[in-house]
Amino acid sequence: MDDQFPTFEGSVCPLPLKNETTIVLGHGSGGLMTHNLIQEVFQAHFQNSFIKAGNDFANTPIPENYQNGKLSISTDGHIISPIFYPGGDIGRLAICGTVNDISMSGSNPLYITASFILEEGLQIADLNKIVLSMQETAEEAGVEIVAGDTKVVEKGKGDGIFISTTGIGWLPDHIQIRGDLARPGDVILISGTIGDHGIAVLSARGDLGFETDLQSDVAPLNHLIQSLITEIPEIHVLRDPTRGGLATTLNEIARQSNVGLMVYDELIPINSTVQSACEMLGFDPLYVANEGKVVVILSKEYKQRALEIMKSNVYGKNAAFIGEVVANHSGHVVLKTSFGTTRMLEMMAGEMLPRIC
Amino acid sequence: MNKISDFSKSFRDSHLVQGVVDEIKRITTQNWVLMEICGGQTHAIMQYGLDQLLPDQIELVHGPGCPVCVTPLDQIDRAHAIASRPEVIFCSFGDMLRVPGSEVDLFTLKARGAQIRVVYSPLDAVRIAQENSDKQVVFFAIGFETTVPANASSVLQAKAIGVENFSILVSQVAVPPAMHAILSSPKNRVQAFLAAGHVCTVMGYWEYHPIANQYKIPIIVTGFEPLDLLQGILLSVRQLEQNQYFVENAYTRAVTETGNQVAQKIIQQVFEPCDRNWRGIGSIPQSGLCLREEYAFFDAEKRFQVEHIQTREHEVCIAGEILQGLKKPFDCPAFGTQCSPTNPLGAPMVSSEGACNAYFRFSKSSIS
Repeated sequence: MDDQFPTFEGSVCPLPLKNETTIVLGHGSGGLMTHNLIQEVFQAHFQNSFIKAGNDFANTPIPENYQNGKLSISTDGHIISPIFYPGGDIGRLAICGTVNDISMSGSNPLYITASFILEEGLQIADLNKIVLSMQETAEEAGVEIVAGDTKVVEKGKGDGIFISTTGIGWLPDHIQIRGDLARPGDVILISGTIGDHGIAVLSARGDLGFETDLQSDVAPLNHLIQSLITEIPEIHVLRDPTRGGLATTLNEIARQSNVGLMVYDELIPINSTVQSACEMLGFDPLYVANEGKVVVILSKEYKQRALEIMKSNVYGKNAAFIGEVVANHSGHVVLKTSFGTTRMLEMMAGEMLPRIC
Repeated sequence: MNKISDFSKSFRDSHLVQGVVDEIKRITTQNWVLMEICGGQTHAIMQYGLDQLLPDQIELVHGPGCPVCVTPLDQIDRAHAIASRPEVIFCSFGDMLRVPGSEVDLFTLKARGAQIRVVYSPLDAVRIAQENSDKQVVFFAIGFETTVPANASSVLQAKAIGVENFSILVSQVAVPPAMHAILSSPKNRVQAFLAAGHVCTVMGYWEYHPIANQYKIPIIVTGFEPLDLLQGILLSVRQLEQNQYFVENAYTRAVTETGNQVAQKIIQQVFEPCDRNWRGIGSIPQSGLCLREEYAFFDAEKRFQVEHIQTREHEVCIAGEILQGLKKPFDCPAFGTQCSPTNPLGAPMVSSEGACNAYFRFSKSSIS
């Protein structure tokens, strides 16, 4: 009769292995693994009462001194390879991207939400680093990450991690800063060297075929912008030249404002490493991405003061005057070379491709 | 890294540039038509607006030296057919990805799932072949004498280390036969050549003496910086004004009469001259380089038999006439309307060395 009763040599119940090092599909199940991941990674770093409350929403107060204004809302998706690169990572990029987008209207960014698409196989240690970097960047910018979401996709259906962020800021009624407000006679300033982010990322990918010591410029610009707005009454346009680079951003402004923009080749600040890398690959630094720069267009009389304010900020120390808004060439950007010749700067067509020889 | 920028700065010095421009103006007494061979030179001229500095009598026409522009359509279609095969990883220089074939471009094939990789050197493709022994890795070996030595090296390396899943799809061309073709055309307008400095760095300029003599035409070996280009123009005009015609080297910091003989030896070891079609121009005898019989194993054209290629060029595109210096991009009815870098009808609008692309990006046409 003994053979009628199976013998148990221990538990045979297929308990899932506790996976502590790698993201697996179970982390997106919505069950205990998701709960643990939220607790051990996200809540551990995003230390504020909204996240700690554990709700699917955050009810945030509007600061008391904020009267007569509007909410600014901006949303952005972040994909980058590699996710860690000199000078930053996808987490810092996600926070800076949204903080800067909100800031470009003159708004003061307050809150951010973040949605994470994780690919199976992502190291939890890497996720921890990214989330910590987001928290540190948020603290630097003075914004709070108040809500989030996590989903996991199968291996091969993502690129490690994608982050979508939404930001909310407050725009006082008296501030009028928009892409269509550039006026002939205005001056064009940039907060520093261009192309650092794009070339640093290419370099980190190993795509350059040579190494550089270049760092991405990824940075939150809200403090720099707030100090400009506080002191200078007539700022007309603010815009961050991200993908497509300075040339594409200037083209957007020229079209929106229906004015011409004249920029001077030799005044545009470019790091010599970026210049050299671009020359070897056949890229034009005017089209290479930035993540911590702002184009400022304002009345000529405030040019010097604006440059002083920007230079006193760590993210604006190489700020420079690069050109002016003109009445002719409406809708176009014209570059003047040091030889006195001119050429049109077009928008970037598609992906930049390295040349053959 | 600073040194490269500092070095090139001196070749962009506005005072030196003005000095050469003044000298060109001083000696020019009549109309002259000059052709810069290389698309890189075309781009530098447009980028710095050098044409705006020249006296009206000097006309620059743009030569055929754009590697992706002259790669024949049937070879691009063949590349697309090979790249579409599931067992193939197709490696190419980035410029080639947006060039339209008869139906699609490589970007579109990539979006459809083809494994297409941009590489900076053919040796990267050999490495990819080593890392993917279950795949066939094909490198699209296009270009002029500048790219041939590296492409030849990739074949030599693959053979030396026994990488059998590597092959190259060859569309290599040489400059001198194209110069002959342009000069012997009854429609030719070119009176002097700015020869491509980097081609001459590899090949030297010994091949050009017979051309200068046969067609009584000045040939100036010219670099790519503003000062280099203006120096090349100055020497051309000086010869033309004095009714002289010989080969002159205005790029002595990189080019010698005999060139890079190690590179030339590698080229001869792996390749041999053959007839080659040039897109938009037609067949030019002995203008191409094909793999020698002993390296035929690495010839992708032989490894992948592609049948039934039916090429179809866009009917409006005048790329051929532009590449021969007969017309300029503005003469094309599609320029800037139907045809732009985002929607190119022909290769010269795609490449960073294409004349149409240079005109589109840098043109002063709408600047008054």
